[in-house]
Amino acid sequence: MASVEITKERIEKLKAGHKVLAEFRYEPPAVEKGYAGQSLYVNLSDNEIAAKPVDEMMKKTFVGGRGFDLWLLWNAVNGETKWDSPENEVVIAAGPIGGITQYPGTGKSIAVSISPLTGSVVDSNVGGYFGPLLKFAGFDAIEVQGLANEEVIVLIDGDEGLVQILEAPEESVNSHQLAEEMAAVFAQKPAEKRGISSVSAGVGADHTRMGCLNFSFYDTRREVARLKQAGRGGIGTVLRHKKVKALVVKYSGLKGDSNHPDDLETIQETGARMHREIYERDPIMFEMRKDGTNHLTKIMNDYDILPVHNFRYGAHPDAEKIYSPNFQKYFEYAGPDGCWYGCTMACAKFARGFTLRSGPYKGQTITVDGPEYETVAGIGANCGIWDADAVLEANFYCDTYGIDTISFGTSLAFAMECYEEGILNSEITGGLALNFGDGDAMLEILHQMGRGEGFGVVVGQGIRRMKQIFADYGADPQFLQDIGMEVKGLEYSEYVTKESLAQQAGYGLANKGPQHDEAWLIFMDAVNNQIPTFQDKAEALHYFPMWRTWFGLNGLCKLPWNDVEPADNRTRYSGMDAAKVPEHVQNYVQLFRSVTGRQDIESGDDLVRMSEIVYNFQRVFNLKMGYGTREHDAIPYRSAGPVTDLEYESRAERYDQQLIDLVGIVPSGMSTTEKRLALRRYREDQYNQLVDAVYERRGWNQDGIPTLATVRALGIDFPDVVEVIRAHTNGDE
Amino acid sequence: MKVLVTNEEPCIGCHLCEDVCSQAWYKEINRGLSSIRITSLGNAEWALAVCSQCGECVDICPTGALYRDKAGVVRLKKQECVGCLSCVGFCPNGTMYFHDDYVEPFKCISCGLCAKECPTGAITIELLPD
Repeated sequence: MASVEITKERIEKLKAGHKVLAEFRYEPPAVEKGYAGQSLYVNLSDNEIAAKPVDEMMKKTFVGGRGFDLWLLWNAVNGETKWDSPENEVVIAAGPIGGITQYPGTGKSIAVSISPLTGSVVDSNVGGYFGPLLKFAGFDAIEVQGLANEEVIVLIDGDEGLVQILEAPEESVNSHQLAEEMAAVFAQKPAEKRGISSVSAGVGADHTRMGCLNFSFYDTRREVARLKQAGRGGIGTVLRHKKVKALVVKYSGLKGDSNHPDDLETIQETGARMHREIYERDPIMFEMRKDGTNHLTKIMNDYDILPVHNFRYGAHPDAEKIYSPNFQKYFEYAGPDGCWYGCTMACAKFARGFTLRSGPYKGQTITVDGPEYETVAGIGANCGIWDADAVLEANFYCDTYGIDTISFGTSLAFAMECYEEGILNSEITGGLALNFGDGDAMLEILHQMGRGEGFGVVVGQGIRRMKQIFADYGADPQFLQDIGMEVKGLEYSEYVTKESLAQQAGYGLANKGPQHDEAWLIFMDAVNNQIPTFQDKAEALHYFPMWRTWFGLNGLCKLPWNDVEPADNRTRYSGMDAAKVPEHVQNYVQLFRSVTGRQDIESGDDLVRMSEIVYNFQRVFNLKMGYGTREHDAIPYRSAGPVTDLEYESRAERYDQQLIDLVGIVPSGMSTTEKRLALRRYREDQYNQLVDAVYERRGWNQDGIPTLATVRALGIDFPDVVEVIRAHTNGDE
Repeated sequence: MKVLVTNEEPCIGCHLCEDVCSQAWYKEINRGLSSIRITSLGNAEWALAVCSQCGECVDICPTGALYRDKAGVVRLKKQECVGCLSCVGFCPNGTMYFHDDYVEPFKCISCGLCAKECPTGAITIELLPD
């Protein structure tokens, strides 16, 4: 049974509070070849609801998902728009392939907004049922614009052909309760619950810039509304600023052909073959079905890549305390565990029977999804908290409060280092001793974010703003810059990149900020040495970010692409070719053709071309918002090398050897500081050289701006795109 | 547990069981729609593939559409099925099938019609301990 019971009286009270502020009736269109053919526009300021056509240009140029999101948002905002401006939107879309049930990882939604952390456009992908059900309810995307006066719910009822803005004074704000309430309130009978999905945040999103969105999916086998997170960039903060408690979609008619694909037979054959591959290969590869993404914690620790103590180090002797077995006791591993139908990769992990030790729900026994690797690494290892129970508790509270576990973990690790360095003291922190390893202090910071009080609110502003605040306490701004793990205002996700130049740029050049979903090249680069030259790295930094972008255009999860491989992948292919997993790329070619009927799409290169269009458009979008140039691709030095003598000495043998082999100097007789600075000069120069090479490969000028020739070749030389580029390049071609 | 039990030795590869099965459940003679599959191994030897009612598919189904009935037979509630074919990929014996004319997969439900028609007794319905 669910850990949150919603009584009949509670349901009646919630319903009684609903007041219809606006209503829009429509005839749900039949989805055709992956598209509903229209998007939904909701304005909360003036209670306007409308359907907008999705035309052929949108499909051809922007494909769907993140592409649609970006196009709709581009047209909604101007260069002066801030995250809290009324015209800013939360835009959510699946994509043409999204919602098929036969292939693993086909239920993703992509959310886009102007970010409270970066000030520019951010995208975040997420599982759960909302995106696919929204499409089957009749809309390829939803735009939520404006600011409501009162707390509201937006209901999209695809069964009835009805969209409503409902005043919702009684509902919970925190997501673990709200998702159950939405399922209970809008299902006429229990069987309808699986056709309901909500998007919500929580009270933490009200008080921080790192609010996440929770997307629900109702697990009929476990009778729980489970949550997946669009974590990055503070989109939950935007949603709460709009006074939205939930976006709710209802669609009860899901079948295996709801997407009305052009060629169901090929989809069935491709999907069944992939299910079989996972059945045979996952148990001898990554065991995603058993452990989820947290299997990575051991691997990263083994390879000195696990962030420890604010990315100072890449491993720790206590790391085994947060490896998968420490969470297994809470996991119910029985049967399917995917966040969309047919995902046999099944990396979602469900913990039941966990009793909370802190916070407003202290003493309650709850259920929670996860924890993912990023959460374990960010809140556990990076903050030095080798306590699986504390990590799981923080996971629950981050989710229900609507706080991104990655930004939370990375921001807190930064604050902890500042505390240990004496930049902060207990007077500033309100009495909290923010030492690495203090799980109770970590939880208290989190609850302060939920309550909107204390030093937690400062941490919740994110690292970029903390750097400014801490500099006012007299800290050295350069030191704060060096150890503050953010680029563009977004906190790093959880990989140490010091020994991978390619991944330093993978993070630094990422469109939204340092998130690994755009590029993850550490093993290819630092462990396997498969991309040794600048040109090799630049090629990888072209191909992989473009390829990974493609998943977001189509409503897909990246994991089934390369978290399992065909048995012969490494014998048929080698190096970067093997890393592309060509057989799986071909699966995606087949899926796209079979859903959309587009016979002009014949190869993986055709898929990458779709991404190039959207990726470059997003880069120009950054430019439009006042960013998107080389200075915004600069990285904190800690992501490139040791900032302190302490760090240098922790891996002195490695660094000394590099000075001899790579820099060409003999370190004997040099002080640690001298050696560290010599290494720094070398590594910073390497980064700049790589950035030059990547810009050239991508068709950008040396300030990181797509050239007019590039946008023309991609067919996105719309007048306003050209205008933005010209304004930043003095009209140069 | 009611199970269709196969015995390769007497099978003569007449495929009558396949025809009976597809005719019974899909009203057409189409071996691609049969829940029992007969494959030639050469030298007049045949492989018979049919569901063992092991129930692995019940555990993999995300919607609870697959269930075991009172006779121990694993059956599919089509109205609950979303056609994901997870059960096809995860069937240990490869005896959950699909056909592009239909969204839902299909399997042997031990109805015994094929056993009745089999001319050599290569397939029989038996009651096995659960």
